[in-house]
Order: sequence, then structure tokens, then C-alpha cells
Amino acid sequence: MTWTWFHRLGSPPYVYGLAARLTPWFAWPAALLIAAGLVGGLVLAPPDYQQGDGYRILYVHAPSAWMSLMVYTTMALAAAVGLIWRIKVAHAVAASCAPIGASFTLAALVTGALWGQPMWGTFWQWDPRLTSELILFFLYLGYMGLRAGLEDTQRADRASAVLAVVGVVNVPIIHYSVTWWNSLHQAPSIMRLAKPTMPAVMLVPLLAMLLGFTLLFGALLLVRLRGEVLARERTASWIREAVSA
Amino acid sequence: MPDERLSVENLHLWRGDSHVLRGVHFTLERGACLEVRGSNGAGKTSLLRTLCGLMYPEEGRILWNGVDVRRDLAAFHSQLAYLGHEPPLKADLSARENLHYWIGVRRPLASAELDSALARVGAGSWSRRLVRTLSAGQRRRVALAALALLTVPLWILDEPTTNLDTEGQQLVGELLSQQLARGGIVVAAVHQGLPSAVREIRRLELAA
Amino acid sequence: MRPGSPASVLPSPGVAAVSAPDMRTASALTAARLALARDLQLAFRRPSQLVQPLAFFAIVTLLFPLAISPELSRLKFVAPGVLWAAALLASLLALEFLFRDDASDGTLEQYALSGQSLTGLMFAKTVAHWLLTGLPLALTAPLAAVSLGAPATAMPGVLLAVAVGTVPLSLIGSIGAALTLGMKRSGALLSLLTLPLSLPVLIFGARATQLAIGGASILAPVELLGALAVLAVTLAPLAAAAAVRISLE
Repeated sequence: MTWTWFHRLGSPPYVYGLAARLTPWFAWPAALLIAAGLVGGLVLAPPDYQQGDGYRILYVHAPSAWMSLMVYTTMALAAAVGLIWRIKVAHAVAASCAPIGASFTLAALVTGALWGQPMWGTFWQWDPRLTSELILFFLYLGYMGLRAGLEDTQRADRASAVLAVVGVVNVPIIHYSVTWWNSLHQAPSIMRLAKPTMPAVMLVPLLAMLLGFTLLFGALLLVRLRGEVLARERTASWIREAVSA
Repeated sequence: MPDERLSVENLHLWRGDSHVLRGVHFTLERGACLEVRGSNGAGKTSLLRTLCGLMYPEEGRILWNGVDVRRDLAAFHSQLAYLGHEPPLKADLSARENLHYWIGVRRPLASAELDSALARVGAGSWSRRLVRTLSAGQRRRVALAALALLTVPLWILDEPTTNLDTEGQQLVGELLSQQLARGGIVVAAVHQGLPSAVREIRRLELAA
Repeated sequence: MRPGSPASVLPSPGVAAVSAPDMRTASALTAARLALARDLQLAFRRPSQLVQPLAFFAIVTLLFPLAISPELSRLKFVAPGVLWAAALLASLLALEFLFRDDASDGTLEQYALSGQSLTGLMFAKTVAHWLLTGLPLALTAPLAAVSLGAPATAMPGVLLAVAVGTVPLSLIGSIGAALTLGMKRSGALLSLLTLPLSLPVLIFGARATQLAIGGASILAPVELLGALAVLAVTLAPLAAAAAVRISLE
């Protein structure tokens, strides 16, 4: 039973239809959670005793940063599945993830810079987390650049899959080395909040945003995936029926 | 001696949007020679590369001695010799040096063997010159010397007679005949047919 | 007797070498050794290509005193960074040669069809690349360091750090080079792919150089570089071989 379901996931027409049906189930809860999280974080939560109101950008920054990593891992996993078992839909998933992940990374960088401005008077600090985010951004750009540079879709899929897997192995190494580098030089970090305990009234909106962003990723992925599948299968016969439906 | 046989079952291959191989199906026994014909772009090279295991067919499989080649590609490769359009020679090395590396990576090669193979293709006088100084016909002969040294059961050749004069084409005919005589199999893509010295050729036409 | 009839594989008189098919294979070590030897022999037949990355390294190192200040005391602070950035870029430059010729003349294809482990052959090629690029860089780096204000006592430390650090650089670079095979003007993309993955080497290597200049023990960062090298040796040739196969499909 389970194997039939798995096999169907490899079929582009099935996935095309499934993605359409699933999208609202991700989009609406995402919208609600993000709205609730924003209200909770921007309005209801009290100002931080150290940073005042400036910390509130955390409610967008932290989920963005978290998602940038999660999307990369998802992308690498999908790419690996496509590489090992030669499943084209898996490659389509990986291709769809990349621009979404890059956007989350950019959002994390921009919000990180905006956060730094009022705190340190400068838009950029070589904080280990921001530096790691920047490197991750380049990893995304490299992935997308490789895909764009290879004309043959099959080769682009498989080559970028190797790159994604190599990248995902390197992410912890890069993070470790950046943290090590930073600790040597004691550069200021903008990420210190009232840790380790965050009061519930601050924490709950953050969790809502995290979950909301995850569902947002799901919704965006499904939408992009439909587009990818359409583009890849454009010469197939099932397309005409599916699109006119 | 093991019963060498190449079986190709229902091969389908897509390159991008084009359906290049549409259900290619044949079996070759020991001593068989298959000539693959077709106009440019019909998929001759794609078929040969798929037979080698370089390209992966969307459907169908290739069996060597009854076993799917994908089970142990390395073992299959050690029993096959592939010659592409251009002889894989380094311009900065001599013909002799090129063969030393090309064959040596695959199997132990004695100096005497190397020299006799080069003599056989008529390269005796120029085998120590750098390949960059050789003509296209001479380079093709070096590739034929490699073939003479790689007496493996399966030969997959992409237009083996290109750039060769009549004498060179006769040489190809001899080499192929000997390969078939020892029970080997030859699959060759051609534009104009194999030398007449080779008997009992089967033909496969690929339509574009 | 007709050729091809199963019962008769008798040698015909006068025709040499009609024998049974040859099933011998070379050992993996021999294959790797030959792959390495070929690359080295080819490189020495084109010595000008060998010198280019080194010349590049020297020129880039020269840029900084001109751009910053001729005072050695000031240059000493930027020396580790300059040295490693230059080494990284020089290594990148040399990567283009790793697979390019083999891909275009069909040698790579023959490697994939040789029946030998492609991973082993890729490793052999990368070792050749390191011998031709990393090692010369390691031997030149101490001189560059001194020209940037490092004391002579720092030289052995700099040599060791660069020698160990260029190993993972060559290996990581081989992955990018294999992925971008056959692409025209892939230089910028190759840099984009390789540099982020090489940053840990830069971080640890620069730290080692800094400590060497200061006269302190470089053991900790060099151990980290060594760990990166070991990791790269185990994983990179596999990835490079996979990438090569993909480019041949």
C-alpha cells in the first residue's frame, strides 16, 4: 500500500494535481499564524529590557534564518533522492526550493542588518550568525548559477544535486569554522537576547512565526513545484488536459 | 570459454525533449558484428554510449552474459573497448606514450607488445613523435593500435574508418575479422559501411 | 572454417594474435600511479602553464604593499589574510586545467570506461594537481610572508600551514571543476562554487599564519587544517567522480 503511494509521488501528473489540492492547506494556516505572530510580537509582547523595541525585528529575522537552513536541507534531501533513485519529480522539488531558500536567506540578512543599525550604528557586523548566513546565501547563488549555466535539464538536475549534497555536508563545517574565527576576535554579536529564558509572552509569537514560516515555505514550494513540473513536462500529452481543466 | 552474449532489451532514451532511442532491441552472440546506420542525429552515438553504460536509458536494459550490466559496471567495462569519434590522444605526448598510459591503466602492458602493435598499424617510424605533429589519419591508426592491444570480448566503435585511406580501411577490416574470429563481438556505428573483409554483418537502422 | 562459428576458435596461419580475449586487469594502484604520472609528464611538457598560478600569487601579494603601505610593521597585520586570499585565488586559477583537456580529448571518458575505480583516478589527478600547484605555493609562501613583514622565524610555520591547507583546496576545487566541465567561460561560476566551501581552510590557515608570525605554536589550527584535509580526501574524489560521470551522460 505504502509503495503505491510512494510510486505515485514520482508521477508528474499526480504531483501536479496533488500540489494544487494541498496548497490552500498550507497557505491559509500560514497566513493566520504569521498574522497572529506579528500581532503578538510587534504589539502585544513587552519591550526588551536591554534593547527596547528594537529587538522586535527578531520575529522576522529568526524564522527567516531558521527557514534558510531548513530549505537548504530539504533541497539537498530532495536532490539526493533524485540523484540516487533517478526520480525527476524530486529534482523538480529541489529546483523549486532554491529561490525560496535564497529569499529567506536574503530576508535574514536584511533584517539582521536592520537590527544592527539601531543597536550598533552600523548596518553590518561580522557576527558569526550573519556571516554564516551570508555564506549560505552564496551557496544558494552557486546552486542556482550552476543550474542556470547547464542547458541540459538532466545534467543540470544531477550536477546541482551533487553540489547540494556537498553543500549540506559543508554547512556545519562552515558554521563551526566561522564561530571559531569569531571567538578568536571577540567581535560584538547582535544576537544576544535575554537568554537563556525568554518569557512566554515573547516566546509564543516567535513560535507562531516559526511555524507560520514553515507552512509558508510549504505553500510557496507547492506553487513553484507546479510551475516546475509544467515547464519540464511541457511536451507531454497530459499537460493539455490538466491545464484546460 | 564463457558464452559471451550482448542482449539489448527495449531501450528508450530521451535527450531533453527528443526521444532518441525508441525501443532498440537486439541480441548478439559470439563472433557477431552489428553495423549501426543512420543519418546524423539519428542517435548512433547515443546508442553506443548507452551500450557502454555512459548514458542511462529511461527504459530497457542491457545484459552481458545474461547479467544486467548495471549490477557491476566496472566488470563490464573491463571487458569492453570503446572508440569514440576522436581518438583520445594527448597532443603533448608521443603515440607510444599515449598508448602506454591508455592501455596501462586498464591492464599490464609489456614494451614488446606495445611496439609490435604500433608496427602493425604502420606507426613504427613515427611512434615517438608528439601527437600534435601527426595527421588525422595517423592519429586514427594509433587508436587502431590501441584496439589491437585491447583484445577484450566487446568492441564498441564510433565510425572506426574515419580519416583512413584504403590501406587503413583494410587494417580495420583485419582487426575486426580477428576480433570476430576469437569470439568477440563488434558494434560499430558507420556512415558508409564496414570494410568488405568483415563477413556476416547484421544491420541496425536508426531513424531520426 | 567460417568466422564466428562457435566450435572453432583456431588460429589461422599467418595472422598474428588471434587468441582468446584478454581478461587481465591492472591493479588500482597501478592505474592511479599511471594517471598521476601522465598528468605530471604533461605538465612538465608545458612548463609555462605551471608557472602561471605562482606568478599570479606573487603579483597579488605585491598588490597589497602598493595599495596599503610600504611599512613592514603595518603589513605584518594583513599578511596572513593577504597570503591566504592570494593562495586561494591562485589555486582557483590552476583548477581550470585539472579536467579541461581530459574532457575535451576523450581521456576522461576512457577513464570512466577503464574498469578502474573512477574515484581512485580522480584522487590521483588531484594529487598531481596539488604537487603542481599546492606544493609550489607552499614553497613560495614563506618568501611572500617575509616580503609582507613576517620574521624569518615564521617561515617554516607558513610553509607547513600552506602545504597542509592547499590539500583540501585542491580536493574541494576538483568537485567544482568536475561540475562545470565543458561549460564555456566557467571561471566565475567555478569561483562561486569553490570559494564558500574553501572558507574554513582560509580561516584556519590564516590563523596558523598569524600565530607563526607572532612566534606562537601553530599546532591547533594546523590540526584543524589536517582534519579538513582528511575529510576532503575521503569525500571529495567521490563527489568529483560522480560529477564527471554526470558530465559524460
